[in-house]
Amino acid sequence: MSPSLLLGVAAATPRFRTPHIDYLSILPILIMMGGAVAIVVVSSLVRRQLRTGVGTLLAIVTSLAALGASLTQWADVADHGAKVTIAGAVAYDGFSVFIQVTVSIAMLLTVLVGDGYLRREDVGGPELYVLALLSASGAMVMGSANDLIVIFLGLEIMSIALYVLAAFNHRRTESGEAALKYFILGSFSSAIFVYGIALVYGATGSTNLPEIADYLSKNVVASNGVLLAGLALLLVGFGFKIAAVPFHMWSPDVYQGAPSPVTGFMAAVAKAGAFAALLRVFVSSFGAERADWQPIVWALAILSLVVGAVLALSQRDVKRMLAYSSINQAGFILLGVQAADGRGVAASLYYVFVYTFMIIGTFAVVTVLARTGDRGHDLSEYRGLAKRQPLLAGALAILLLAQAGVPFTTGFLAKFQVVAAAVDAHSYALAAVAMASGAIAAFFYLRVAIAMYSPAGASGDDASHEPAGAAGAGVGGEAGSAGSGSPAGSGMADPVGAAGGRGGAVGVAAPGVAMLSLQVLTDEAPSPEVAGRTVPVPALAATALGLAVAFTVVFGIVPAPIVDFAHRATLLFL
Amino acid sequence: MLHVTALIILLPLVGFAVQLFFGRRLADPLAGAVATIFVAASFVVAVGVFVDLLGVHAAVRSFTQVLWTWLPVGGLHVDIGFTVDPLSMTMVLFVTGISALIHLYSISYMRGDKDFPKFFLYLNLFVASMLILVLADNLLLTFVGWEGVGTCSYWLISFWFTRDSAASAGKKAFVYNRIGDAGFLVAMFLTFEKVGSLNYSVIFSHLHEIGSGNITAIALLLFVGAVGKSAQIPLFPWLADAMEGPTPVSALIHAATMVTAGVYLMCRINPLLHAAPDASLTVASVGAATALVAGTIAATQQDIKKVLAFSTVSQLGYMMLAVGTGAYEAAIFLMIAHAFYKGLLFLGAGSVIHGLHDNQDLKRMGNLRRYMKLTFWTFLVATLAIAAVPPLVGFWAKGDVLDAAYARYPVLWVVGIIAALFTAYYITRLTALAFFGEDRWRDHRPHGVGSDVAGGHDAAAGPPHESPWPMTVPLVVLAACAFFGGVLSLPWYAKGTLLQWVDPVFGANLYNAHQSAGMLWTLGVVDAVVAVIGVTVAYRIWATRSEHPQLEPAFLQKAWYINEAFDFAIGRPGTRLAAFTATVVDNRVIDGAVNGVAALVRGTGGALRRVQSGYVRNYALAITVGIVALLGFMVTRLWWS
Repeated sequence: MSPSLLLGVAAATPRFRTPHIDYLSILPILIMMGGAVAIVVVSSLVRRQLRTGVGTLLAIVTSLAALGASLTQWADVADHGAKVTIAGAVAYDGFSVFIQVTVSIAMLLTVLVGDGYLRREDVGGPELYVLALLSASGAMVMGSANDLIVIFLGLEIMSIALYVLAAFNHRRTESGEAALKYFILGSFSSAIFVYGIALVYGATGSTNLPEIADYLSKNVVASNGVLLAGLALLLVGFGFKIAAVPFHMWSPDVYQGAPSPVTGFMAAVAKAGAFAALLRVFVSSFGAERADWQPIVWALAILSLVVGAVLALSQRDVKRMLAYSSINQAGFILLGVQAADGRGVAASLYYVFVYTFMIIGTFAVVTVLARTGDRGHDLSEYRGLAKRQPLLAGALAILLLAQAGVPFTTGFLAKFQVVAAAVDAHSYALAAVAMASGAIAAFFYLRVAIAMYSPAGASGDDASHEPAGAAGAGVGGEAGSAGSGSPAGSGMADPVGAAGGRGGAVGVAAPGVAMLSLQVLTDEAPSPEVAGRTVPVPALAATALGLAVAFTVVFGIVPAPIVDFAHRATLLFL
Repeated sequence: MLHVTALIILLPLVGFAVQLFFGRRLADPLAGAVATIFVAASFVVAVGVFVDLLGVHAAVRSFTQVLWTWLPVGGLHVDIGFTVDPLSMTMVLFVTGISALIHLYSISYMRGDKDFPKFFLYLNLFVASMLILVLADNLLLTFVGWEGVGTCSYWLISFWFTRDSAASAGKKAFVYNRIGDAGFLVAMFLTFEKVGSLNYSVIFSHLHEIGSGNITAIALLLFVGAVGKSAQIPLFPWLADAMEGPTPVSALIHAATMVTAGVYLMCRINPLLHAAPDASLTVASVGAATALVAGTIAATQQDIKKVLAFSTVSQLGYMMLAVGTGAYEAAIFLMIAHAFYKGLLFLGAGSVIHGLHDNQDLKRMGNLRRYMKLTFWTFLVATLAIAAVPPLVGFWAKGDVLDAAYARYPVLWVVGIIAALFTAYYITRLTALAFFGEDRWRDHRPHGVGSDVAGGHDAAAGPPHESPWPMTVPLVVLAACAFFGGVLSLPWYAKGTLLQWVDPVFGANLYNAHQSAGMLWTLGVVDAVVAVIGVTVAYRIWATRSEHPQLEPAFLQKAWYINEAFDFAIGRPGTRLAAFTATVVDNRVIDGAVNGVAALVRGTGGALRRVQSGYVRNYALAITVGIVALLGFMVTRLWWS
């Protein structure tokens, strides 16, 4: 199905005053919104406050229904091809369905994590689910939107719900502060985004993406300053949502302040929605103008990669660290955008999809470990976790290693693909910077992993010997564990050692970096009251975590189905 | 059964997972039993696949099971695929068989160790990795197994990591292997660059397109990897230090299986070697030199396991000689024979060490034949086998290697024969010191030199005792193999032998000496005479007296000062470089740069620091700056377009 052919079809479609609405094509969006409404209705019908379990059940059913509908649509699109519906405002193609699948899964995992959080924090009420479902529907709209105005609608539906979600835990002042910052800056960026739309409309006479592309292909604008300014402002809007440097400043504060399950949701869903729209608008509609916007994306990618990695190094708060690491990851995804071809889009989609599992799984552990009050985010809280709760520590270690890009996880292939796409697009410097930043990033992921596998009450010197398995990954490890280095820590340290060893061997994780992290760790003293206490892991959160880890490992070893999924999503791309 | 090939690997891998999750609950000794069952099951499946493979016509006896695509990224397409052909099948059979026996042996040997389940965890993972290495249908997957066995080897050498020597021996092995792995990696890069694939069959079918220079380069780079893994000159010192690991580990990993991976890799890439005669000659020369040098070192060592370690290095040298000669089937035959008798020697040594309460010093043994009858007789079989006394397996295997060398590189044959003399000498010296002479252990116990087992054995004094059945059964089985193993390939009976079985894999690449029967007889007699001379001389010297300082020069005891040479050439300059880095580079250059950057940040980036202040207005300002920058860029586009 070639784009030009479809464009022709779209242009020839007669216009009606009230467009025919193909409800089936937006079914997952309707399910998400309907579920949200249903939960509100049910909660208002019962006399007392709705029990958390009921809300959870409804939200899970809704997410599963949306997932099922999306997968059915996938089959439908594969059989009958892509189309535009609702007066050209919505694209119904592999790309949009892919994003809907991603968002549905993110929603499902978030509900599973959120249930335990709601019970523990006793902030009650199903509003978390209502807002998250609405936000998810917004992200889905962004993925399906075929019109700049519709993208803006999706963006606002998603964002406004996120602002409230960030403020959800009214007992934490940080939560409110985060929400307010996010709201103010979000409004600011939305305004700029709308201005960008206006400029593009002014230059091309349309907000509809195929029409814009059509106009640009037929007319050579001698002085297209308005259009270029519009593109720049659109990029600012997207850059804000994906937290690309220099539009990232809100993200550490908001990630830290927002309730932990919401942070995971935000990192996954907001990225998915924003990247979907970014890819569709720029690669598909403004593909001909790539020479104008590619350098900007290039610069945003470099800045995000470097700033995210470097600033994450100095964080002691794990949620802040994950915020910066997520900026770094956004930089990686931008590599695929910058390549601006089918391969780059497929690589970016794959990245977004597997990152959803990694980041929500990671925040599942963060949520559980934070204990009542959602405060235990300091690195010292993670010390000795492997001794207390080996499975929890093992799961987090796998997810962190996946984010670091260690082979046999989905994270490895994600990084590999975007870097390969960048190399194919001859962006060698960008690829080199990405790999270097990946090595730096390995440092702070391993730092958390090593903290978990260090004894809780040990002084600094002991800690430096314990994780020699990771340090020994290369020649550089020699000096780091001079004297007596345990080959792999003790007991449950094995998985980390194994994975760390592999990673070093293949050359993704720089051994010297691992070594450095050992030394940094030595000055950290754990808070004594934490040592020796286990945290309860709710069954649903454990399920979410299990799903995330299983996905990350299984499809890290057998990557073809997901790679193929992402690849086909781009083939069926309008 | 061919379609269950993957099961051969899966079983030990499942065993590993079981150990990982339930090892501590299963505990001692059940964890060991479970691990053994998984490996034994893998052997049974391997036999099934083998029988099936026999049913296939010899010309098409190769089956590849592709499970899934591992890396489907653009031009790089790598499958998780496993190839069963006579070569890999032979390796699989003996790897799983020997592994099962050594697992069984370890249950008893490791009894009482506080990390008993962890030992079997590593051991199962090792077997799985080794099988991946052997069965992989492409270089990258081979490399995964290659790294897997290396990592397991590292963990197992430093299994008793509380001992400094064990911890540093593990690191030493890891570092030496890194050097080899670098060669392997570059070989892969070069192969992918030139062929566009890492799949063996694709590489071999495109050989004529890539030029002989590239073929030689790839073969030699892979040989660098093999030199590291198979402990050839100059990367062999790590293997001697690797004896810090528990004895079953030495037997399984550092004698029978992992160290032969380099030889296997060389056999696997036989079309490359065939097309690169220079590379072949290099391989053969390095192999012959290693056989001789390591043989001389083994003749003077005092630690029973060090003798065996250098003996392994020497035997690996013979295998490389065979590979370089093009006599791949002789290399494989020697590899199997070596797995039998060297495994047996190590397990026997373990039994001795066990019986003497962790004494490894040969000079403090003696006359053990009276106390450990079964160990003695099996050890004797192994001794005669490795010394190449007919009709034991070593005679036939080493004979094949030397016959081919005589025909192709006569000079290397001479080196090999001298090495054979040393082989017979050092192994008889070992046996004589341990099992004959006086009861020297009486005076010295219980102060052993390097104590092998960290704890668990009863420290109570008493005469050496025979080991329990899980330790003796493997001894008997291996002794039978070492005695009768020669039937695998007899020179006058070609049908159904190993030669005929692995022949199709190598085809025309196999070197055929076309030696007459008379010549073969003559060479055989020479081999036998050399072996008998070595055995006799060593027995007469060492059976009665344990001290002959003139026969143990420090030069050989110190392994030709190779460690010192490395220390001088690499270690000390490295240390100096580190010191220079610490004092000069770090203090002046790096600190200077850091301070400079800090000053830069303070000076010009003061605003930037204030931006991440928590104030929304500052964040909005940063966004605005970004907007201005983006618009500014667009303005330049406008002007310059």
